[in-house]
Amino acid sequence: MTVQPLLKVRDLSLAFARQGMDGTTTLTDALSNIHFDLHAGETLALLGESGCGKSLTSLALMRLLPPNARYQSGRLLLASDDPRRPEDLMRVSETRMREIRGRRMAMIFQEPATSLNPVMRIGEQIAEVIRLHRGLDTQATQREVRILLDQVGLPDPDKAATAYPFELSGGMKQRAMIAMALAGDPQILLADEPTTALDVTLQAQILDLIRTLQQARQMGVLLITHDLAVVASRADRVAVMYAGQIVESGAVSDVLHHPAHPYTRALLAALPERATRGQNLFQLPGRVPSLGQWPMACRFAPRCADQEPHCLLESPPQVIIPGEFCSGPVEHQVLCWRAGDEAMTSHHEFMAVPARPPHEASKVLDIRDLQVTYAPGNRLWPWPFSRWFGAKSPARPVVDGVSLTLNPGETLALVGESGCGKTTTARAVLGLQALSGGQISLQGMPIAGQGVRPPTGWRRNVQMVFQDPFASLDPRQRIRAILAEGPRALGLAPEIYSEAALCALLERVGLAADALDRFPHEFSGGQRQRIAIARALAVNPAVLICDEPTSALDVSVQAQILNLLRDLQAQTGMAYLFITHNFGVVRYLADHVAVMQAGRIVEQGTVQQIFDDPQDAYTQSLLVSVPVIR
Amino acid sequence: MLRYLFRRLLYAIPILIGVNLITFALFFMVNSPDDMARMQLGVKRVTPDAIQQWKAARGYDKPLFINEKAEGVQKLTHTIFYEKSMTLFAGEFGRSEDGREIGQEIRQRMGPSLAIAVPTFVIGLGLTVSLALMLVLFRGTWLDRTGVVISVTLMSISSLFFIIGGQFVFARVLKLVPISGYESNPWTAWHFLILPVAVSLVAGIGGSTRWYRTIFLEEIGRDYVRTARAKGLSETRVLFGHVLRNGLIPILTGVVVVIPSLFLGSLLVESFFGIPGLGSYTIDAIAAQDFAVVRAMVFLGSVLYLVGLILTDLSYTLVDPRIRLK
Amino acid sequence: MDPIEFLHILRNSLWVCLVTDALLWLLFMAFLIGLGVILRSPLQREVWRNVFQQRLAVVSAVILAVAASFALLDSIHFRQPLPALSNGAGAPDTSQVRYAVEVNSVLDLVLTGLRDGYEKTYSAPLAVHLSALEPITVTLPDGSVEVRREALRLKVAGQAFAPGAVSDVDYWRDVVSRVAVGILGGLAAYAGCVFVCLALLALIRGKHSAVVSRRHPVARRWAMLTLGVVFVITGVFASLSLNFHVFGTDKVGQDVLYQVLKSLRTALIIGLVPTLVTLPIGVILGLAAGYFRGKVDDVIQYVYTTVSAIPGVLLIAAAVLSIQVMLDNHPEWFGTAVERGDVRLLALCIILGMTSWTGIARLLRGESLKMREYEYVQAARAFGVSAGRILLRHILPNVFPIILITMVMEFSTLVLAEAVLSYIGIGVDPTMFSFGLMINNARMELSREPVVWWTLTAAFMFMVVLVLAANILADAVRDALDPRSERQS
Repeated sequence: MTVQPLLKVRDLSLAFARQGMDGTTTLTDALSNIHFDLHAGETLALLGESGCGKSLTSLALMRLLPPNARYQSGRLLLASDDPRRPEDLMRVSETRMREIRGRRMAMIFQEPATSLNPVMRIGEQIAEVIRLHRGLDTQATQREVRILLDQVGLPDPDKAATAYPFELSGGMKQRAMIAMALAGDPQILLADEPTTALDVTLQAQILDLIRTLQQARQMGVLLITHDLAVVASRADRVAVMYAGQIVESGAVSDVLHHPAHPYTRALLAALPERATRGQNLFQLPGRVPSLGQWPMACRFAPRCADQEPHCLLESPPQVIIPGEFCSGPVEHQVLCWRAGDEAMTSHHEFMAVPARPPHEASKVLDIRDLQVTYAPGNRLWPWPFSRWFGAKSPARPVVDGVSLTLNPGETLALVGESGCGKTTTARAVLGLQALSGGQISLQGMPIAGQGVRPPTGWRRNVQMVFQDPFASLDPRQRIRAILAEGPRALGLAPEIYSEAALCALLERVGLAADALDRFPHEFSGGQRQRIAIARALAVNPAVLICDEPTSALDVSVQAQILNLLRDLQAQTGMAYLFITHNFGVVRYLADHVAVMQAGRIVEQGTVQQIFDDPQDAYTQSLLVSVPVIR
Repeated sequence: MLRYLFRRLLYAIPILIGVNLITFALFFMVNSPDDMARMQLGVKRVTPDAIQQWKAARGYDKPLFINEKAEGVQKLTHTIFYEKSMTLFAGEFGRSEDGREIGQEIRQRMGPSLAIAVPTFVIGLGLTVSLALMLVLFRGTWLDRTGVVISVTLMSISSLFFIIGGQFVFARVLKLVPISGYESNPWTAWHFLILPVAVSLVAGIGGSTRWYRTIFLEEIGRDYVRTARAKGLSETRVLFGHVLRNGLIPILTGVVVVIPSLFLGSLLVESFFGIPGLGSYTIDAIAAQDFAVVRAMVFLGSVLYLVGLILTDLSYTLVDPRIRLK
Repeated sequence: MDPIEFLHILRNSLWVCLVTDALLWLLFMAFLIGLGVILRSPLQREVWRNVFQQRLAVVSAVILAVAASFALLDSIHFRQPLPALSNGAGAPDTSQVRYAVEVNSVLDLVLTGLRDGYEKTYSAPLAVHLSALEPITVTLPDGSVEVRREALRLKVAGQAFAPGAVSDVDYWRDVVSRVAVGILGGLAAYAGCVFVCLALLALIRGKHSAVVSRRHPVARRWAMLTLGVVFVITGVFASLSLNFHVFGTDKVGQDVLYQVLKSLRTALIIGLVPTLVTLPIGVILGLAAGYFRGKVDDVIQYVYTTVSAIPGVLLIAAAVLSIQVMLDNHPEWFGTAVERGDVRLLALCIILGMTSWTGIARLLRGESLKMREYEYVQAARAFGVSAGRILLRHILPNVFPIILITMVMEFSTLVLAEAVLSYIGIGVDPTMFSFGLMINNARMELSREPVVWWTLTAAFMFMVVLVLAANILADAVRDALDPRSERQS
């Protein structure tokens, strides 16, 4: 390629400084030798799991690092008017850097809800950029704001300009963010996980929007993401990051179809989308090492299935993969000792999951016409005045007429966008939420509904695994107390929570017995989720509700948890009510699917029916939006 | 909005009744009126007759809550509770122990109190917000650290020391201003006011500066600040254009609640500097154990606090677009 | 004082346990238990290590500990035995021991020299003369009588000098040599203490002591340093006190240093005991309001809006006045003036506690409102764990840092409030010692001629050091414990 790239990043290294107690400063490496080019009109995806330094890279480009970060080395060359003399962003003054931010390089962030100033009108926030960088007068600025808001597809630009962020929905906020980023007419757009906080349909729209604008303006886009499917469908080139390094880079088709680095291969193999039903997912042992605990030589070596003794001793070289796996002009590079080594495990042995025990005919969970209405949030009158004046406004039901059945040993996936009532349904089943209509029966016994008195001890038959492994364990209790809480509260026999029983429980979820006396903060996200599963298992429930149990986890850890859940189901015949928005997981794990929209079930059926032949328009739109890897 | 105000005003009534019940319990149930009479009359003059006379003169000779001897509504109204507590709602504060009209006194003394409290409040707010912003702008530098150390030290010094020390140095030794006193015309009384205001400012500056600094620092860590920086705004523009606006929400709503209470004046400053305001009135009443005045001031203070709460809610709607009152 | 005599007096005295004594010692025990819990739990140890990584926090903690040890010594009260009366037969009647009406504390006993060394009236720090001139009649050599105004020599201080005028050289030589002796004595005592402590530690821990102590180099170094300074200052004060009043004397000629040291106990009681009232009310009501919501919340909110609507000072004033009237009308309830003052102090503490719980209640209401939606609380509810148990096991431990931070911050507020309340006349009993009373007495002294500045200065210094230490410690605790503090964001 003869055209100069917009941005050349050369050997960027970064460390965090920490002031020790004795006054000395210790440096912890955070980024090592980051090296890439970004061309006009192309999308470079920076792919990696949490904590690998993707976001840090983008902040380093903008020079917006936290105060304790130190640039170690490297050059950030931004193309200027004179093509032979690019500007090195690491050496320009802060004043010059401010002219570059927003004007030459703009950024969009993950959380549109918090990234906009909550007390400033949208139009004002956009106008600020225009005034700062383009010096237009008030009239022209207003016009420009309108044009931008129109370009990003906001239905009523005038109204949006005078709106405050809280008056817009999540997707609209992200569109406004994009408009703000475009306001300085930048050549480079840094998009830091722009769709992670959004629902799947919005995700597709926003990614399309970025793509369209990029084409129209010939921008270079650096797309930071953890989602392989997003990379596959929206990027031209990809750089895979692991522990502060780029371990593999190249054209998307090359990297995804002929992954050369063992880490990239493992990531792809761990995807439930690519796995066959009934087989265990490939799981990568261990987890991404945290900052400051990176291995000295090859940083991936300790987790690598193909490691050789040499890998643990010396840093691997940068290798350019030769011709046959490299299409087009983009070099396919990999940071590995064994690059191109044919002996490497090119595909993994998949273990078949043992067949399920035959279904029993009886329904283990039966939800009939469930209706849940939240009391209006702000009561106007305090008690006792509420009894005399409190004209309650009739609230819209959050869950309206939901009927679901679940058979033993079976998995029912409940899918839908955020706010559609999935979690409320789960809470109602657990008895944490009062019903305003309908009935729930567990193993044939009614447990919730009008005039229902649930049988004593019913709670041991239905338990839940929560979404956020960091919030679902009491940080001040030892694992022993966490696991024993359930059986003790339900008055079960003390043998169930004896030392030996708890150890056995930990072993079932793949943890060592010495975990019992430790606190949750000593465990990683995946390990915590295992503990949360063990806590539910302690009372041996017939139904386990899993509320997005893997959405907060990295892809490689997600595979471990999904495998565990499959194995446990095969052993115990538990039924899962699996709440998720990840269609890959649904296809891999579920037997039946119920699609929920605005408190109602719009479609219900087996996995094959829903995926192959969706009837409802909403289901169809959901499925179309899901990014897929061919 | 109007409905909201109406509801809040209505809800203030049970709270004020509660306030009255508490003060009533403190004054009339912990000690009987006889005890009070004995104390007011002094040991030498205590005779059963004198006590009866004292009680009758002040209307303390009635039953506490229910008058069995009276008829109809008077069963409830001819009681100490009704006559001494419920009449406060009508603005009738009664008479102090030395026989003066309390309502009259309050009206007279509001002016001097405000003459001290309003300048202190306005200058103090401006000064502390600016200081906090400055510390935040220079965060992490020696200026910030020194500022915090000075704030904490100022916080640790009792306001009594500031008053006594200020009076001693500026009035007694340097003789720059009079030691104490006041003139009825607030415009010519400025040389009486300047020291009390300055002392109140110094006494209050440490705590609020540090508090506002924490608020601004909290705001600076938020995502929208990162967005603003990514736009290319300079640090000062980020601070004044974005952080200040968001930080002022908790600050303003935190101080609005005290605005009505400015009427009550400052207890210490007024009494040290001889300002004839409500603060010194209260102190004198406490020293003289004048229960009628203390009760009136408690009621007035509570009313002003409740007004402050309502103003706080209203100020939220002004500064925070996210809040709407129903 | 001779240690044997000291022990003798202690053994033969009638012990008096004042309510606040019991409470202060109870708090001390609670503190020790808390310390034990912290040392046992690795999680807690880690958190507290962060607190004591800050040098100023270590210094503050040591200063507070020294103040607390004075207060604790001052909280063991007794009545000394009187010399036995001789009965009619002339032989001492040993069958019945009578005790002095005066109630003293162990600290009083230690400071006997300071306590009993009354001068006639004001004298400046380290002075040998009274501060004001007094008329004296002098017979001149020629036989005529003249009235001169002279500053008289003090009765107690300056005994080491010969009667008559004291030359500057003698005076300064004496002062300097006493300071030097004090420093050396302080250092010697410090070295002795350190040696004994290390020996004890070595005995208890055996070989591990070296390993343990190397863990907190900064904390240990600064704690030792502060303690050394405290020892040296104590040494200097003690040595000077043998011949001088270090902080002068007040109107009735009482040593100001003694008053200041006695005020520490009052300050600590005022700062700590109200929390015993505040915490149960604030924590229970706050947590319950947030967790149960609905009706319970409305009622609790009503109560705390009502209480916080009353201006704090007025509510305290009203309550104190009422209590005062009650005490005045029942003089028969108390045996000694100290007991009366103590009950009044206790009443003041309870009143302060009753009026200051609304802040923590509101704070905890917010926390528990938020925390009841946490997933681990939901998980507990899904097991059918009772509300009480959830509040006790899940919510209370997690809001504990907030409670602690509020408590430490409240300490300095309360100590400062005492001064103001005592000034208004609704503070502690005038027969007691407190910073507020000292300031209140001192404010008129500034207008005397010559200016009597030392009472105020002494009270100021001690109070500022105490409150500043508390504030700095509160900051350090908040930085380390509060998840919302700036350091973590």
